[in-house]
Amino acid sequence: MRQGKYLFVYSFLLAPVALYATFVIAPYVQAFYISLTSWRGFTAPKYIGFENYQRLLHDEHFWKAVRHHIVLLIALPIVTIGIALFFAFLLNVGGGSQGGVRKGVWGSKFYRVVFFFPQVLAVSVIAVMFQVVYRPNSSGLINGVLMKLGLDPVYFLSNPDLALWSILAVMVWQAVGFYVVLFSAGMASVPADIYEAAELDGATRMTLFFKVTLPLLWDTIQVAWVYLGIAAFDAFALVSVLSVGNNGGPDWNTTVIGVEIYQNMQQNKYGYASAMGVALFFLTITFAALTLRVSKRETIEM
Amino acid sequence: MSNTPDLSRRKVLRRAAAVGLLATPAASFLAACATGGDDTKSGDTGVAKTPTNPFGMKEDSTVEVVIFNGGYGEKYATDSHEPNFKKAWPKATIKHSSTQEISTVLQPRFAAGNPPEFVNNSGTKSMDFGALVNDGQLADLTDLWAAPSVDDPNKKVSESVVAGTVDVGSFNGKPFVLYYVSTVFGLWYSGKLFTDKGWTAPTTWDDFLALCAKIKAAGITPYGYAGKNAAYYQWNVILTHAAKIGGGDILKNIDNLEDGAWKADAVKQAAEAWGSLVGKGYIDKAFEGLIHTEVQLQQNQYKLGFYPSGDWLENEQAKTTPADFKYQLAAIPSLSSSDKLPATAIRATAGEGYFVSAKAPNVAGGKEYMRQMLSKASGRGFTEVVKSATVVSGAADGFAFPPGVASSQAALGAAGKDVVNIFFDGWYKDLDQEARAATNELMFGRLDAAGFCDRIQKKADAIKADSSITKFKRN
Repeated sequence: MRQGKYLFVYSFLLAPVALYATFVIAPYVQAFYISLTSWRGFTAPKYIGFENYQRLLHDEHFWKAVRHHIVLLIALPIVTIGIALFFAFLLNVGGGSQGGVRKGVWGSKFYRVVFFFPQVLAVSVIAVMFQVVYRPNSSGLINGVLMKLGLDPVYFLSNPDLALWSILAVMVWQAVGFYVVLFSAGMASVPADIYEAAELDGATRMTLFFKVTLPLLWDTIQVAWVYLGIAAFDAFALVSVLSVGNNGGPDWNTTVIGVEIYQNMQQNKYGYASAMGVALFFLTITFAALTLRVSKRETIEM
Repeated sequence: MSNTPDLSRRKVLRRAAAVGLLATPAASFLAACATGGDDTKSGDTGVAKTPTNPFGMKEDSTVEVVIFNGGYGEKYATDSHEPNFKKAWPKATIKHSSTQEISTVLQPRFAAGNPPEFVNNSGTKSMDFGALVNDGQLADLTDLWAAPSVDDPNKKVSESVVAGTVDVGSFNGKPFVLYYVSTVFGLWYSGKLFTDKGWTAPTTWDDFLALCAKIKAAGITPYGYAGKNAAYYQWNVILTHAAKIGGGDILKNIDNLEDGAWKADAVKQAAEAWGSLVGKGYIDKAFEGLIHTEVQLQQNQYKLGFYPSGDWLENEQAKTTPADFKYQLAAIPSLSSSDKLPATAIRATAGEGYFVSAKAPNVAGGKEYMRQMLSKASGRGFTEVVKSATVVSGAADGFAFPPGVASSQAALGAAGKDVVNIFFDGWYKDLDQEARAATNELMFGRLDAAGFCDRIQKKADAIKADSSITKFKRN
C-alpha cells in the first residue's frame, strides 16, 4: 500500500523533474564544463582547466561589474523597499480609521492600479521608454523641461558619475509597484484590532508604521530583499539598452556581469563567458543564502 | 573590417535578460553536437578544372546561398547575382535564403558540420571572422583570386577588382573573405547648406577651425558623432588624421600591435587636435548619449555641420534627407604643412564580407558563385540595386551615382595612391571597444591626448601578451 502511494506520487513528479533536469540542471552542468574549456563554438571545446577563472581575476571589466552589483545590491533593495513600504502604508493604513476600519489615503484604489503599471511592461519596453526620458537634448522628457526652464541639460547616461544611478532609478521605478502590492497584501493580513489598540494608546501614524506595521511585515520584507538582491545581479537588459556603447559605458561605468557575458559571447569566447556565468551563479546563490540566514528573526505570533 | 552599414539596422533592443542568461545554456547544447563536425571536404569533385570551370564544379550541383538581409537587402542577390549564376550554369540549383541574424541561424550548422556553401556574414549578429578562420571553417580563396575572370579569361579574378581587395579579406596573408562593397570614409556635409552660407570645405586644420567658428556663429553645431553607439566613426577620423600626419605606417604599426604604436607622435597630435573641439564648444556634449541615426537626423535638419562616416551614409539617410540636401564628402584636413601624406589622402576599404564554407558539401560551387559575383554584370547589378560601388573594376562606369557617393568616388580618385586602411577593429574586438571608450573620454573632455594614447596602448600591450588571442599581421 505504502509502496503504491509513493509510485503514485513519483509518477506525478516525473514529468516536471525531467523537464527541470533537461532544461535547467543539464545546461548548468554543461556551463560548468564549458567554463573549463576554450571554445569558439565551431569545433570541439578544448579543456584548459581553470585558466578562464585565472583570467577572470585580472579582468578589470569583470571587477568593475562586480562593484556595480554591490552598489545595486545595497541601493536597490533599500530604495525600493523604502518607497514601496511608504506607498503601501499610505494606500492601506495611512488614511486614518473610519468606523474602526483603517483606510488608505484618498484615491488609494486608483493609485494602487497606477503603481502596478510598470510591472506590466516588458523590461525592454521600459528601457526604450527611458531612452526618451533620459535623452540628453531638448527632445528628452526631463531635459526638454530643464532646457525650457533655461537650465543646463543633465547627461543622465553619459556622465560617468551619474550613469549607474540613472539605471538604478529605472530599476526602482519598475520594481516599486510590485512591492507595493506585496506589502499591501501583507498589511491587509494585520488584524485591525492591533491598530485600534495602538491608536487607543495614542500612537501617531509614524509610530503605527514603525512599531506595528514594520515588525508584522518582516517576513514579507525579507522575501522582497532576496528578490531585489537577485534582480540587482541581473540588470542586463536595462544596461545593454540604455548604456553608452550598449556595453556598460561610458567607459564601463555601468557594466554588469550579464553584459560582460554577452560581450564575450559576441566574440565567440564561450568558455570565458561561461566562467563568468558560473561566477555569477555563485554570487547570486551566496547572496540569497546569506540574506536568509542573516535576516532570520523570530516571527511575531498573531 | 567594421562592416559599417550594419549600424543602420543595429538592433538596440537585445531581447531582455533572456539572451544573457539563456544563451549560456543554449551554447552548451551546441557543445553536444560540436564534436562531430571535423571532417574537411577535400574540394576535389572529380570534375576536370577548366578555364570556364576553374574549380571543377559539378554542373548539376546545388549551391546554398545565405544573404544578410540588412542595409543592402537581398534583392541584389535574387535579381542579379543568382540569375547571372544560373545563366552561366543552367543545370545548377541555387538554394537561396536570407536572415538578419546570421550567427543565430548559421552557428549551429557550422557546429554540426553542415554549413551552407556561400555566406554573406554581416550585421551586428555576424559571426566572428577571426574565430571562423582559426577553426578552419573558411575556404582558402587563393585559387579563386588566381582563376580566370568571367569577363576576360586572360585576366585573373584578382586583376579584375580594385587594388587592395584581396588584402582586405586576408588573414595572415591568406585570403579567406571577399569584401565586396567599396567604402570611402570622410567628413560629410550638406552641399546646399555650404553653398547657401558661402562656406567651402576646408583642406587644412586652421581652415577647419575657422569654419567651425563660422558654423557655430550661425547657430549650428559645427561637428559631431554619435557617442552612444558609433564612437568608432570618430577613432576612425583620429587615426586617419594620424596617418595623414605621420604616414601610412602609423596605422600598420597599430594593426600589427607594434610596441608604442598608439603613442606615436602623430596619433597624439591627431588626438590633441580633435580633442580640442569640445573645449571650443564645437561639439555638442549631448551627442555622447545619442545613437548614429539621431545625430544624422540633426544633420539632415541643418543643425549639424560636419559628420564623420562612410559613404553608406547617403543611402542610410535617404528617407530623412531633404531632396536638395546634397551630401558631400570632405577628406580629413591636413594638420600642418609637414604632414607626410597630402590633404587628399583618405581611408577607403571594401566592406560587406562574403565567404565560402570549407566544410560545405559543394565548395567548388561556392567559389564559382563568388567568381560569377565578381563579373562586371553582377557588380553592375549590385550597384544598380543598392547605389553603392563594388570592388569590381569598371562595373559602375557611367552609372549616375547620387551626389554623396559621386563625391566620395571623386575623392577616392583624387586620393590616388594615398589611400590608407585600418584593420585592428576586425581582428581584436577588445581593442576596438577600448578605443571607442577612450575616444568618448577624449572627445567629451574627460581625458587628454596623452591619456588617450596611453590607455589604448595599455590594452594593445595586454592583447599582444595574451597567448590565447590569435594575432594577425598586415603589410
